[in-house]
Amino acid sequence: MRRVRVPLGLVLVVTALTASAKEPLRWGADSQGGAPYVFQDPMDPTRLTGFEVELAGLLASRLGLTSQPVAGPWDKLLELLARGDFELALNGIEVAEEKKRVALLSRPYFAAAEVLTVRRADASAPRTLEALAGRKVGTLPGSLAERIAQRHGADVRTYEGGQDEIYDDLKLGRTDAVLLDDPVARYYADFDEALESIRGDFGVVEYAIAVRLDDQPRLEALNRALDGLAADGSLRALYERWGLWTAATAKLLGDADATPRAHAIEYDRWKTAVGHLPPFWERVRTRYPSYLPLFMKGAALTLLASLAAMALAIALGVLLAVGRRFGPGAVRWACVAYIEFFRGTPLLVQLTMIYFGLPELGVRLDPFAAGVIALGLNYAAAEAENYRAGLESVPRGQQEAAQVLGLSTLQTLRFVVGPQAVRISIPPMTNDFIALLKDSSLVSVVTLTELTKTYTTLANSTRDHLGLGLLVALCYLLVGLPFARLARVVEARFARHLSREAP
Amino acid sequence: MTLKVTGLVRRHAGNAAPTLKGLSFDLPAGTLTALLGRSGAGKSTVLRCVMGLEPFEQGTVEIDGVVVRGTKEVSPQERATQLREARARLGLVFQSFELFPHLTALQNCTLAPVQVKGEGQQAAEARARELLVQLGLEHRIDAFPEQLSGGQKQRVAIARALAMEPRVLLYDEPTSALDPSMKNEVLQTLKRVDATGVTQVVVTHDLALARGVEHVCVLDHGVVIEAGAPAEVLQAPKHETTRALLKDWT
Repeated sequence: MRRVRVPLGLVLVVTALTASAKEPLRWGADSQGGAPYVFQDPMDPTRLTGFEVELAGLLASRLGLTSQPVAGPWDKLLELLARGDFELALNGIEVAEEKKRVALLSRPYFAAAEVLTVRRADASAPRTLEALAGRKVGTLPGSLAERIAQRHGADVRTYEGGQDEIYDDLKLGRTDAVLLDDPVARYYADFDEALESIRGDFGVVEYAIAVRLDDQPRLEALNRALDGLAADGSLRALYERWGLWTAATAKLLGDADATPRAHAIEYDRWKTAVGHLPPFWERVRTRYPSYLPLFMKGAALTLLASLAAMALAIALGVLLAVGRRFGPGAVRWACVAYIEFFRGTPLLVQLTMIYFGLPELGVRLDPFAAGVIALGLNYAAAEAENYRAGLESVPRGQQEAAQVLGLSTLQTLRFVVGPQAVRISIPPMTNDFIALLKDSSLVSVVTLTELTKTYTTLANSTRDHLGLGLLVALCYLLVGLPFARLARVVEARFARHLSREAP
Repeated sequence: MTLKVTGLVRRHAGNAAPTLKGLSFDLPAGTLTALLGRSGAGKSTVLRCVMGLEPFEQGTVEIDGVVVRGTKEVSPQERATQLREARARLGLVFQSFELFPHLTALQNCTLAPVQVKGEGQQAAEARARELLVQLGLEHRIDAFPEQLSGGQKQRVAIARALAMEPRVLLYDEPTSALDPSMKNEVLQTLKRVDATGVTQVVVTHDLALARGVEHVCVLDHGVVIEAGAPAEVLQAPKHETTRALLKDWT
């Protein structure tokens, strides 16, 4: 068979012509990663900002697409990419061999020197890599900084949350030093008077964009777009505005001039916004009202996912409890196996299997469906045990009385045993729903921004952990309390017959 | 003949001797019979076997021409069919009444007629009201069981059983859960039901109640040792065990 050779350029032109101008360029990032990469604008948290947000915008317009960010946990970005949740991952992804095994990496777009930060007042602080041996050093997991610290014998502490926490622990004396990429140090440590950032020859990390292994054409298009942005000065202008034009990046882009020419306006905006946190009541008056829409959106997702999951858990729980109590041997055994499996394994493992594992078997669920199904399947086990306890609390004589009257097993369950069991099962069910409401925060690992994720990202981009923590706690209470109240009303209704007062 | 029990054998797992050892009796239609005997004589077991709440291995229970055979004698499917037909002709009043606590007196009496017999709700309610009124519960129709006295609960339980129009109504120890002052009331209730022509069998330890019925059977070690009119059996017992039993009771 003859192969027809089509020049790649022609393919791209044709693709560009046929593609709708509004086709999105979906790129994955974790806004919890914080400034200056991808984060919520502290002055307007409904807006996503950061130098990588702008870079994605520049790339998208070069490619004739619209930039569309997709949120996902930073340590899961490459898995989400492989799963097809977005076409590229752009969020401080380091050029490293183990990443090249699971994704194609573009040419580096940024180079960051590692920066060592210590307490200014700490005379015995480790100020060289050699001095890190045996000292407690905070950094991000899976980073070059972590590997460097380990190589020098440091007692490394890694943090899953935001950068803010890493520096907070340093200030509180829980660690002796922090080793992190230059942009992080700039945005979280440099303007803190209690801290001292040391810029030495500690190592340089390069960031690249990841695309799927089978997506070579996109990689080539991206590389061309990055080359173009470097050549016409767009990248330099971008980094200068964010205060990130450093010797390492200049070298990477082949620019001999490492001195910024333009003012770092975005960096100044950030310092103004978060440099000095206003007092709590002032934040309540001036800032929190503008955060409310975000929290309400997060709360709506939390509530919706929880209600849908609870509905599934109740329906499946009833089937499991009835199957376990009344079913033939094989059904009873299957019900017990289900309950033990889902009760005995972590929800996070189940969710990960459903979202990332099932696609291997050809089942691809959207994030909301995966979250609801995982929560529902898990809580069904708890509900089944609740209902079993309820069913068993009904005296055996009640079943015999129904049997003697000629009621079938199903009728006995529906009219005699069921209604009596429900009353017993309502209080633990309410507990389970409140627990589910809280556990629903786990769906953030499948790119959903619910209430807890809203809090963690916002707290990280505004450096306001306590005040926003109170706000998010209030949101959870407001969402949960009406259900606790409703449960009491329903319980009272089912207990009407227990009143000794004559009708 | 309305209720005929022939050669009933019931062995409880773990017991060396069977609880029922080929027990037989034959009760004429419309009679009020008391089953007497010491604890462990097999009285309650007979009731449970007749109702199908416990299996029996051998023998037959015959109600109005419907025959239920022992588990050793027929297949489980066949037995289930036999039991269903027999139950449609039987009623049982439990010792602890077992009223459905979440349903009112009226609802307790209409549930089975509507769900099992497919009667209309209104017709079932009308009949249930009639029964409750007959049993002196006209003011307690909409009360929940928890709001009733012991005697009232028992009468609701009787009305619930009667609502299914049984040919034979069985009672397990009807006076044991009640205040002693209620015994006479129970006998009056039984007589009221007797007047409707329903065959009644009462398991009891209560001598006063036994004196008021039409027919008594004395059980011992799983067989009937003596039967007849209370005047004969209770005044001039022929069997040593009956005499000992009566001596204990008086």
